[in-house]
Amino acid sequence: MKINTLLTMATSSILKNKMRTMLTMLGIVIGVGAVIVMVAVGHGAQSQIEAQIKNLGTNLIVITPGSSAAGGASQGAQTFNRLTIADADKITAESTLLSAVSPVIVTRTQVITGSGNWRTEINGVSTDYLTIRDWNVTSGALFTNDDVVANRKVAVLGSTIVKNLFPDSDPVGSQIQLGNVPFTVVGVLAPKGQTSSGVDQDDIVLVPYTTAQDRLSGFTFLGQILASAQSPTDMTAAQDEIRSIMRESHGLPNGAPDDFTVRDQTAIAQAATSTTSVMTGLLAAIASISLVVGGIGIMNIMLVSVTERTREIGIRMAIGARGSDVLTQFLVESVVMSLLGGLIGLAVGFGGAALLGHLMGWSTSTPLIAVAAAVGFSAAVGMFFGFYPARKAAALDPIQALRYE
Amino acid sequence: MSTPVIELTGVTKVYQMGETEVYALRGVDLSVSAGEMIAVMGSSGSGKSTLMNILGCLDVPTAGSYMLDGIRVNGMTRNERADLRNRKLGFVFQGFNLLPRTTAVANVELPLLYDRTGRFTSTRALAVEALTRVGLGARLEHQPSELSGGQQQRVAIARALVTQPTLLLADEPTGNLDSKTSIEVMALFQELNEQGITVIVVTHEPDIAQYAHRVVDVRDGRILRDHAVAAPRRAADDVRTIDTDADGLRATALQEVV
Ligand SMILES: Nc1ncnc2c1ncn2[C@@H]1O[C@H](COP(=O)(O)OP(=O)(O)OP(=O)(O)O)[C@@H](O)[C@H]1O
Ligand SMILES: [Mg+2]
Repeated sequence: MKINTLLTMATSSILKNKMRTMLTMLGIVIGVGAVIVMVAVGHGAQSQIEAQIKNLGTNLIVITPGSSAAGGASQGAQTFNRLTIADADKITAESTLLSAVSPVIVTRTQVITGSGNWRTEINGVSTDYLTIRDWNVTSGALFTNDDVVANRKVAVLGSTIVKNLFPDSDPVGSQIQLGNVPFTVVGVLAPKGQTSSGVDQDDIVLVPYTTAQDRLSGFTFLGQILASAQSPTDMTAAQDEIRSIMRESHGLPNGAPDDFTVRDQTAIAQAATSTTSVMTGLLAAIASISLVVGGIGIMNIMLVSVTERTREIGIRMAIGARGSDVLTQFLVESVVMSLLGGLIGLAVGFGGAALLGHLMGWSTSTPLIAVAAAVGFSAAVGMFFGFYPARKAAALDPIQALRYE
Repeated sequence: MSTPVIELTGVTKVYQMGETEVYALRGVDLSVSAGEMIAVMGSSGSGKSTLMNILGCLDVPTAGSYMLDGIRVNGMTRNERADLRNRKLGFVFQGFNLLPRTTAVANVELPLLYDRTGRFTSTRALAVEALTRVGLGARLEHQPSELSGGQQQRVAIARALVTQPTLLLADEPTGNLDSKTSIEVMALFQELNEQGITVIVVTHEPDIAQYAHRVVDVRDGRILRDHAVAAPRRAADDVRTIDTDADGLRATALQEVV
């Protein structure tokens, strides 16, 4: 029998019992809908975290003073701050797995212009800083290596500062004061947004670390050193390398604990991603149980339908239907029913995810593979749970089926 | 002489009911030539339906052989018998057996959809033609519940003849119909028979049997008597007489009222 004949036949007999069909499909609708919502929410959370990781910087490694192993309030850091420019230079010179290294000197001061002032964080960094942070300038440029070597008083402003102090003009080329030191603005940073903990990353001024040391903080020690590994696969090896360079730089004897900490923020974030992905999987698995329950509903109704339509089966067989024709007919009916339920469930799932995203402010996204899987899975459910009733129908004896009251 | 449409030799059917064996047919020999119109008669439980099921390839004999239109039915698989039914046979049942909530034309079209020989191109047109042939050209989209018993049986007959079968089998086709409608149905069978289809009708009403050319009496699973009818009645004439009588009666009734 032709496939479109089969489909017409299946839809017409499904439509003869609209209410029952709708209730039967409801199981699949809810199952598929639930799976889609779960996957959308989970996947949304995951891609948000991934975006945050990317926002931190490319393969970011952070070296901070003080030992994390010392416990308590990291007393090492307070007793002697031992992260220096020399350490940063040694890492730059000796490492083989890093693509960029920048010392970071952190201080806070007032930015003063002719029209106003703004208290902000000043970071003294090298020219590698933007590469490490995966950051760009929208106007002007970052200071050059010459500026760093010559301790020039040049600054790059974060977008929050520009918004507050230069609301309608391009600040590049203008003079500002950081504390009481005059600086020339050479660039403006692209907006980067908040960190996952809500800190405004755009409320910042970047200056050469040499200038910061000289003119602003007066410290010779660094707040941290940032580095970028050449590739994500090198992260662990790169951190080991940094550790050994740092121990040598600090002249630590064997067995002495580190007086610095090498951290890999991406690792923390990745742990979070894998947790959400496990959660997503778990939720989707729970949701797909309802898909199975929906499938059992289909099987139940198909069994009822076979019994109810025993005489019809007898008639069809008497006029020449083969067992396989009857089998296909009932199988097509259950697959059409579950597939239709799956498609409606898909719409319900997308609607539900959008609504949830709107109400809870979650970001949701559904990967195409989940859509394909939901559709495929619901067809498979119809096939699997429709098979037994269909086979029962096909095995009927035509004479007995015709006599059935 | 051409090959007979039906050739039964020593056909026996035994039903196993637990310990006991029920003999529904005990050695039936029957030969039917093309173009015959046969009535099978007999009391209840004599084995008529069992015989029809075997003739209709719905059931297989326990012993004996069955040749349908020169084809050996014994030893055929389920699928082969299904195809044979579709190709050679048309069934009409006592209970009409139409698909409920399905239009007349869809019911008639159904056997064409199971065709595997590719004989039929425009199945709907053929179904319309068959319905027109049984006088239901104006009831194409009616569902069985919207048709009278006689009309339903006509739909069933249209469904049986739409595949142009060699043999039409009808098991008590008039059992659920009043006498006038029964005669109309028999008139239709006679008409189809005159057009060349071999017809076998099971009935236990002698009135109905007199429209056949040959009557086969079955008793206890055996053929008791197999005789030709000297002058079969023409059902179409009887229908006309009834109509005239009814008109006459109506006329008298009217006169009495006036
Ligand atoms: N499936 C079956 N199992 C057991 N016995 C059966 C079966 N079908 C028919 N019989 C028996 O076979 C015999 C013949 O039955 P069949 O139905 O052929 O009678 P029939 O002549 O058609 O009767 P009726 O005029 O009442 O329809 C009966 O005794 C019946 O009980
Ligand atoms: Mg019977």
